[in-house]
Amino acid sequence: MKGEEVATSNGKPARSGFHPIDGMRDWWADAPHWQRYAVYIALIVFALILPAPWVGSFMSPDSDWTTVLIFPVGTYILLAVGLNIVVGHAGLLDLGFVAFFAIGAYTWASIGTSYGWSYWPTVVLGIFLASISGVILGAPTLRLRGDYLAIVTLGFGEIVRITANNTDAIGGARGITNVPHPEPIFGVEFFLDPAPYYYLMLFAIVLVVTFSVRLNKSRVGRAWAAIREDEDAAELMGVPTFKFKLLAFAIGAMIGGFAGTIYASKAVFIEPNNFPFILSATILAAVVLGGSGNLPGVILGAFVIAWLPERFRFLSEYRILIFGFVLVLMMALRPEGLLPSRQRKAELREGTGGMGAMGAEVAGPDSEASAEVAK
Amino acid sequence: MFQDLQSQFLGSTIGGLVAGSIYALIALGYTMVYGVLRLINFAHSEIFMIGTMTSLFILVTIAPTAPFTIFSMIGILLLLIVASALVSGGSAIALEQLAYRPLRKKGATRLAALISAIGASLFLQEAFGLKIIPWLFDKPGRVQQSAPRFVPHEELFRIGNGVVRTDHVFVIVGAVIVMVVLDQLVSRTRIGRGIRATAQDPEAAVLMGVSIDRIVRITFLLGGAMAGVAAALFVMEYENTDYRIGFLLGIKAFTAAVLGGIGNLRGALLGGIVLGLVENWSSIFLGSAWKDVTAFVVLVLVLMLRPTGILGESLQRARA
Repeated sequence: MKGEEVATSNGKPARSGFHPIDGMRDWWADAPHWQRYAVYIALIVFALILPAPWVGSFMSPDSDWTTVLIFPVGTYILLAVGLNIVVGHAGLLDLGFVAFFAIGAYTWASIGTSYGWSYWPTVVLGIFLASISGVILGAPTLRLRGDYLAIVTLGFGEIVRITANNTDAIGGARGITNVPHPEPIFGVEFFLDPAPYYYLMLFAIVLVVTFSVRLNKSRVGRAWAAIREDEDAAELMGVPTFKFKLLAFAIGAMIGGFAGTIYASKAVFIEPNNFPFILSATILAAVVLGGSGNLPGVILGAFVIAWLPERFRFLSEYRILIFGFVLVLMMALRPEGLLPSRQRKAELREGTGGMGAMGAEVAGPDSEASAEVAK
Repeated sequence: MFQDLQSQFLGSTIGGLVAGSIYALIALGYTMVYGVLRLINFAHSEIFMIGTMTSLFILVTIAPTAPFTIFSMIGILLLLIVASALVSGGSAIALEQLAYRPLRKKGATRLAALISAIGASLFLQEAFGLKIIPWLFDKPGRVQQSAPRFVPHEELFRIGNGVVRTDHVFVIVGAVIVMVVLDQLVSRTRIGRGIRATAQDPEAAVLMGVSIDRIVRITFLLGGAMAGVAAALFVMEYENTDYRIGFLLGIKAFTAAVLGGIGNLRGALLGGIVLGLVENWSSIFLGSAWKDVTAFVVLVLVLMLRPTGILGESLQRARA
């Protein structure tokens, strides 16, 4: 799934010493098609056998492993891939991503319980509603500078939660109980057994990851990169920045809504407090911790953030304390994330685009960061 | 509905001014740090929480009893303000040292600093909820803690049908005095000049002999102290706190800072007051359950019409 390194790079940068990750990336950048597909297939097979009990006995001894793989692990990965489009690709700071997750979840929960629709078309409706709300939120606010966008999205996340809390038609503070399970599809029954939900989640992740990789390699992805690096320059070069930012927002929202519909179908019961601000912050932490903009990194980050608290459930009440501490520590030791995109790493090494404007904000034409862009 | 408006308007205006003064004081911390570092100091809400705990601890320790004279009221309030400001300011410096400085030295992205801030915020909340509150007050840490009264919440005078209480006067007067002092400090002293210079252009400021590290530390100290003052006034006015008190107030205060024009001290004051008033007025019509929603809707509307906030970002820096 390391799809976003562009294959046309020729000539490897000279490095001294042993760099396992960079070495793997160089190999990946030049790998022929069959090798790449072999890796994809190996990864999917790995994911298929992941719910095995012997894996679970180590990974989560205190709770059911397959259930953990659906929520939080799978859900976090799906959300992080969606948020990565907004934050990592387009460079927009969204602190209210959980709102779209909530909209997706509430769409299925309320329609499934009140109108008895089939699950599968409702998923499409949930995705549609989430993207519409993304556009409604984005249209007035995306013209703002980054930090204002952060606070407005944070506000939006709270608005959605408080509105759900105050609206009796969708259960108010009591939430929605007895959310129906999806209908059988292709002979697969969805009921209490978590396995089918895991495979549904896995299918969703593969679909979304493929979509994200393809999108990022297209004209749209290049436009996002231009906006992220320097919005004014992008505008001058004829990139309709507002349109592309709105698109990133809508696509991110779609993925959030998609994750929400799956979550609601498994959860049976949802309430406004399932969608707190802290969930938005956690997903953002997953994206940044993994390496914003780099899909394998983001997936790894989401996995770590979702899995660590489950693994250390025996620490019960100290979990969030430790989580907070680890976030501070990780950022101090490795601010670029676990698996950063190469371009980010180079930017960081040169001190361009950092916080506090202590260096030049834009990389010069002969900097290492620009060389990584050219790849 | 119009009868409601008539009978409640002045009362909720006073409530709005009181809440707005506290928002404004907290907003100053956000706006100053943002002005200097261009960083949303997400853990500022926890600095405020630490201030409320300090005030509460002092109040519980001295256990004031009636009758309250004007001297005892002002004396206790001053003690709370000074102690909370010191503890909050100190915590803010420690926070900067531990959570932000390592990132700043590495030239990390502002996003990484934001994650570090969220981590620090979670850590502080949990540390208080789990250990520090039980240790300070000998009570379960996750419940609301109530503070003893030392200023009578009684009518002092009326404006029309709006009742002004003693504690209202203290909050508003206290906030105004502190803000005037801060404003003078930033606009007239050498330190203030350093802060403004760093906010305008850090590189040029360094060349002119400003020590950035020192300025950043002072900025955090001042912002934290403002949150401490807000905390003392909050404990006096609302007489309760808990380990998560900072979250909603912090969001509101940041909203206030953005509303007035972030990086602009007078903007924070105006934004806080506007936010407090709008919230309280809107709850006459919609009920208090929708109070927080109106606050954010107002924010979006203001930003749509005037993207740099009401007063603009002009005091310290032009649009970046």
